[in-house]
Amino acid sequence: MSEPASALGVARAEGYVAVAELPPQGMISVRGDLSEEGVAQALADASGAALPGVRGITHAGETSLAWMSPDEAMLFCGYDEAEELAQALREALTGAHALVANVSDARASFELTGARVREVIAKLAPVDMERFALGEIRRTRLAQIPAAFWMPEEGRLTLICFRSVARYAFDLLAKAAETGAEVYAR
Amino acid sequence: MLLLTCPYCGVAAEETELAPGGEAHLARVGPEGTDDAFHAYLFEKENPRGVHFERWRHAMGCGKWFHAARCTVTLEVFGTYPAQTTEPPEHIRAAISAKRPGWTWRDLA
Repeated sequence: MSEPASALGVARAEGYVAVAELPPQGMISVRGDLSEEGVAQALADASGAALPGVRGITHAGETSLAWMSPDEAMLFCGYDEAEELAQALREALTGAHALVANVSDARASFELTGARVREVIAKLAPVDMERFALGEIRRTRLAQIPAAFWMPEEGRLTLICFRSVARYAFDLLAKAAETGAEVYAR
Repeated sequence: MLLLTCPYCGVAAEETELAPGGEAHLARVGPEGTDDAFHAYLFEKENPRGVHFERWRHAMGCGKWFHAARCTVTLEVFGTYPAQTTEPPEHIRAAISAKRPGWTWRDLA
């Protein structure tokens, strides 16, 4: 069995905000009407987290559950747990109009840490980062590519994008977070 | 810059986050249609100066198609509404009438 490897070999860049690629992470995509009780219950049971509202992300330990669209949820977990969790979800959703896929290898994830993470993202995405709330997940455009991000806590931001554009995303983030590239003097 | 609020995820999305989908509420002409009707369906699109109905997709966001009613002159947006409809809902029409009395668009008024 081959070892899972992250797209950029856990690359890291230090600037006024640190950008680090995260090691491979478990991601399970679930399509199905989230307003359906069976689907909602299966997701809550599998993740242990409360079902998030519109554009919400909830956490329970290492597991997170994100609202991606009215009929799509994404479950984040440990890389090794993903297949087992996906299988459990599939069984729980038997009979429901739903689809479960282990998409762990499809995406790259990054973590930005520093007091001014909001500023770095504001340079790259058409999002009002001053009003971006904790517990919110935002799917948007990062320069020329689609991406999604959320803030587990103030000063820390997790971002995911497709693995095929991981280098582009990393270079972009590292450049925006370079020392000397601060927008406002503080 | 055009800001459209996605009726599915509630984001006031900037134009660059969206993909345009052309005119709204077109009824497809199928194999049983005449050549003229099919030609009209394909090519005879509205290009108004004023009130217009369009399809947009929140391509970089939740990925959903939705409808928008806006003014092509001022870029004023009268409202957005879900795609699961064949004509603009009443509250959208009322919002347009309040700001552009006497508006017409195809056979709507």
